Amino acid sequence: MTFTIPIDNGDAVKNAEADSQRTLYPYVTGTSIVAIKYKDGVLMASDMGGSYGSTLRYKNIERMKAIGKHSLLGASGEISDFQEILRYLDELILNDNMWDDGNSLGPKEVHNYLTRVMYNRRNKFNPLWNTLVLGGVKNGESYLGMVSMIGVSFEDNHVATGFGNHLARPILRDEWHADLSFEEGVKLLEKCMRVLLYRDRSAINKFQIAKITEEGVTVSEPYSLKTFWEFKAFNNPTAGAEGSW
Amino acid sequence: MFRNQYDTDVTTWSPTGRLFQVEYAMEAVKQGSAAIGLRSRSHVVLACVNKAQSELSSHQRKIFKVDDHIGVAIAGLTADGRVLSRYMRSESINHSFTYESPLPVGRLVVRLADKAQVCTQWSWKRPYGVGLLVGGLDESGAHLYYNCPSGNYFEYQAFAIGSRSQAAKTYLERRFENFKESSREELIKDAILAIRETLQGETLKSSLCTVSVLGVDEPFHFLDQESIQKVIDTFEKVPEDEEDNAGEAEIGAVAPAEQGGSGDQDLAPMEM
Repeated sequence: MTFTIPIDNGDAVKNAEADSQRTLYPYVTGTSIVAIKYKDGVLMASDMGGSYGSTLRYKNIERMKAIGKHSLLGASGEISDFQEILRYLDELILNDNMWDDGNSLGPKEVHNYLTRVMYNRRNKFNPLWNTLVLGGVKNGESYLGMVSMIGVSFEDNHVATGFGNHLARPILRDEWHADLSFEEGVKLLEKCMRVLLYRDRSAINKFQIAKITEEGVTVSEPYSLKTFWEFKAFNNPTAGAEGSW
Repeated sequence: MFRNQYDTDVTTWSPTGRLFQVEYAMEAVKQGSAAIGLRSRSHVVLACVNKAQSELSSHQRKIFKVDDHIGVAIAGLTADGRVLSRYMRSESINHSFTYESPLPVGRLVVRLADKAQVCTQWSWKRPYGVGLLVGGLDESGAHLYYNCPSGNYFEYQAFAIGSRSQAAKTYLERRFENFKESSREELIKDAILAIRETLQGETLKSSLCTVSVLGVDEPFHFLDQESIQKVIDTFEKVPEDEEDNAGEAEIGAVAPAEQGGSGDQDLAPMEM
């Protein structure tokens, strides 16, 4: 996908240079993030894969990070842009802490800050190629929101990015309800992640689940889900259609 | 304070370590008409005396809404006050836009103080000639700050600035320990009573004062004349003798000390 904007000077060389300043396509990407609100806060799940096109190049990428005391950010899309966003947020939280005045940026504030950043980049035709999920708890209130690479931003009780929107959200629409316990929440997320593992070719079987409550953020150790491949139809896949094609 | 050879420039120190221009700026605050602020745990009340240049003109606005959760009362050069209010509104709205969240008043006050400090360190600038009583809310509740032309700021339970503010301060000093737990109505009544102290004998009428309130569940707004008059009526009916005796003692004690702001005739046209 190339974005070309006519530049007034009409100089082909200058155009090329200007193009090289602009995001054209993503290179190393992460796939879906799925997140839900539950009784004590927010639960978020992601796999640990970083794809380089169709190659599953990196298998230990943490795509969810704690932000300050109250928030958790998950990202899909270009990994290097996610790292850039983490640097912006690091500075933001640092300056917030330096005030040392009892006020702190909560998840709502971080979400809106990110929306501004993403939207402004989009306006300059130089987006950060990510879809971000921001969850957190502050003063007893849970917050869960999403921002896309073009600056579309909203809050909801459950969100997902990429393939998660198509495969996970229908499950969540049916089975999510308020005040899920931690165990119920994890089970629900694992159900979604399993479907994504079967059907999303850029997903890998190595997950992390993160939880944010009033106490803080915890990201689990990586683990894998049990999968089932013993369907009868898989046993003799070419039965009924022997031949070279 | 007498003229001396170290007071021409704001960037000239005196041998005793003073910046006279900054101190003169603080004098300008004392010349303005009184402004009062007080706070409880959940509310802040800002009140001021309405002074008009003449009977023909309207009175100057000395209290400004900065945001739903922040208000400011000024004393001194009102033009400077207007400019700083605009700056505060701008900072507040920019923060709201980026973070969808109200700017904590403590952080606004620091930015204001830093802005004032800049004017005390550049030879081509002059200090702002206005004192600001900033009342607002943040996560930890209601706060009241006083911003000085020197670039200092202090937090207060209650404070008064401008001419004859000493009378109000004395009244507030007697009562401030109660303010934390005061109800909204008690706080408003105390503010109006403090205003009355600065009028020194002049009958208190609702047309003479402006009162504003903000609180945890109450956005900043001005009280209308009727509400103010109702509060005045609750105490103006009290036999004047009691109040006057207490009042006179204070005024008597205060008069010699209060050299700065005595007499409206001394007010320069730009000061209110």
